Amino acid sequence: MTPDLILEGAVWLSLGCFGLSLLLCLYRVVFSTALPDRILALDTMTINVIAVFVIVGIAEGTPVYFEAAMLFAMVGFISTVAFAKFLLRGDIIE
Amino acid sequence: MTTLVQLLVAAMLVIGGGFALVGAWALVRLPDAMTRLHGPTKAATLGVGAVLIASMLYFWGVRGVPSWHELLITLFLFVTAPVTGFFLAKANMHLSWTASEIPPPPGNGNDWATFGDEPGPGAGPLPARKPGGHGRP
Repeated sequence: MTPDLILEGAVWLSLGCFGLSLLLCLYRVVFSTALPDRILALDTMTINVIAVFVIVGIAEGTPVYFEAAMLFAMVGFISTVAFAKFLLRGDIIE
Repeated sequence: MTTLVQLLVAAMLVIGGGFALVGAWALVRLPDAMTRLHGPTKAATLGVGAVLIASMLYFWGVRGVPSWHELLITLFLFVTAPVTGFFLAKANMHLSWTASEIPPPPGNGNDWATFGDEPGPGAGPLPARKPGGHGRP
């Protein structure tokens, strides 16, 4: 067991964990009783995708994926707030 | 030294994945919409935070290139997570609670904007209403 192997195994294990939690969130998006609940699940999915980007960056050893992760963080926040505002008022920019 | 950093990065990745699983499982398992707000905060702060710390440690300790991008993502997530939580909790309250269950807004005789189209006294003139789709029925 070299540290390289342990690190590779940890990368795959955490990718699996985040993939499984993406699937669980997708279940909550599809089967839910309340609309804000689905929005929350979509927000959690964007957060998990950010983590997946960062882990892929570690696995490939390039810092290229940070911009994508940053964009996902921003767009995910904006879209969540816009969805919630639409549910509250029926309009986004009044 | 590199070995130690690699083991630390591996531990951080596993911890982050575990917290993400806990958060997503809470989203599936908890009974109603208000309690489900509680679960994903763990995934958003501890899970992604551990993964970002792992990434910083990896690029600094193994690759030898200090990297600060992760701090930006962490800061952004930590600033925006409470805002989204607040918005979703407010949407939950105003969609599924009755008006008598919700505490009154500050000020005298005001009403929450989501329970009527007329602004309360002192809120200024009413802007022109767009035809259709404005406000909840």
